[in-house]
Amino acid sequence: MTTKEYKRKDGRKNDEMRSPIVAKIGIIPNADGSAMFQIGKTIAIAAVYGPKKMHPQHSQNPEKGTLRCTYNMLSFSVEDRIRPGPSRRSTEISKITEWALEPIVILDKYPNMVVDVHINITQADAGTRCAGINAAAMALAHAGIPMKDMVSSVSVGKMDKTLVLDLDKYEDSEFKDGEGSTDIPMSFTRSGEITHLQLDGKITKVQLKEAIKMAKKASEEIYEIQKKALKESVGELK
Amino acid sequence: MSERKVVIPGEVIEKGNDFLPGEGTEKRGEEIVALRYGLAEESNRLVKVIPLSGVYNPRRGNVVIGKVELITFNGWVIDIGTAENAFLSLTEVPRFVNKDGLDEVMDIGDMAVIKIAGINKRGVDATIKSRGLGRIDEGLIVSVNPNKVPRIIGKEGSMINLIKDETRCNITVGQNGLVWIKGDKIEDELYAKKAILFVTEKSFTSGLTEEVKKWFEGGKK
Repeated sequence: MTTKEYKRKDGRKNDEMRSPIVAKIGIIPNADGSAMFQIGKTIAIAAVYGPKKMHPQHSQNPEKGTLRCTYNMLSFSVEDRIRPGPSRRSTEISKITEWALEPIVILDKYPNMVVDVHINITQADAGTRCAGINAAAMALAHAGIPMKDMVSSVSVGKMDKTLVLDLDKYEDSEFKDGEGSTDIPMSFTRSGEITHLQLDGKITKVQLKEAIKMAKKASEEIYEIQKKALKESVGELK
Repeated sequence: MSERKVVIPGEVIEKGNDFLPGEGTEKRGEEIVALRYGLAEESNRLVKVIPLSGVYNPRRGNVVIGKVELITFNGWVIDIGTAENAFLSLTEVPRFVNKDGLDEVMDIGDMAVIKIAGINKRGVDATIKSRGLGRIDEGLIVSVNPNKVPRIIGKEGSMINLIKDETRCNITVGQNGLVWIKGDKIEDELYAKKAILFVTEKSFTSGLTEEVKKWFEGGKK
């Protein structure tokens, strides 16, 4: 068994996110709201349409509006071309994104209507669901949807026994030493509430708490970037 | 707070009990928090957020321009670019209409200027019982971003009156972002269209009316 500390290949500190982190608003002119979020080599774009009438009619909810997310990885986003179209993985991530954003959107005033969020991953290098959620939160704000708060998402990984922030592709899927790698994507509101946490793998209670603390701190940094992008986009809006 | 500032959802606009939460805001404890993305503004202690983007949502009293989608036995269904179509009832037409002559007033595909009379659970109700409302027979319709409509109208209509005077056109601005231009000559109408698109492009410059005045002076040469 190895007890050696995991050393990051790209020379980042354990609590350092990838760079650059870029956020842009209003990148899709035809959408009611849109945003792009880049972290390292991962790029996600999100487009929001609506509120519009829900079709088919039997899915309408007369009490409140519905949030509908679609996550899609483009065929050229990874090194080996992936088969385009919905897959088991993408349907799951769509649902996860919906759950991460649902607690913050206020759709009481839009009965029988739907807000569509389309997330496309144009470049994937691990952490795509987090990038997608970050982009979607900005796009929702840009579309003028009433929201209680913003959501910022980041992942923490356990490499063998060391906790590191924001895994890249190597750390996420190629690292196999010792206990291997465990990825824990999380989403936080600005007020610090967790709207989403995924974990499949083994981790101790103590370490999980530590991981949450680490992610919370990083999510504040991401929030500042989202905020800056939204505020600075005003003069450019067409 | 005297300056207007850009806020994002969840951001605290004002602290303390001196202010009242208006549209797009909420009171959480002692703080007034923005619920949507836009410009925060305070007047008479009321804090509200003016939207900068997003879809048009209809309000009572708004004049909008729409397209007739369907004729029913007692009225017209009009698409005004919102999730819910507007319904114009036969009783809201100021003159007598024969039961099987509804298409003579407005046929499917016709454009019309309507006023929103009310919004209820079933949808949006419209009326044409006012001056300047009704079917559009001729002219030009330009589509702009609904959030730019206040800039096209200007303070107390200063901008729209300037464009009307300069181009000698009659212009009706629908709150849903459709603008109807009617002039004597097509050249005048196209000139007015150009002016309106200029306003939407420059909508973030301050002293825009002056800027447009200059633009008209340059355009004449």
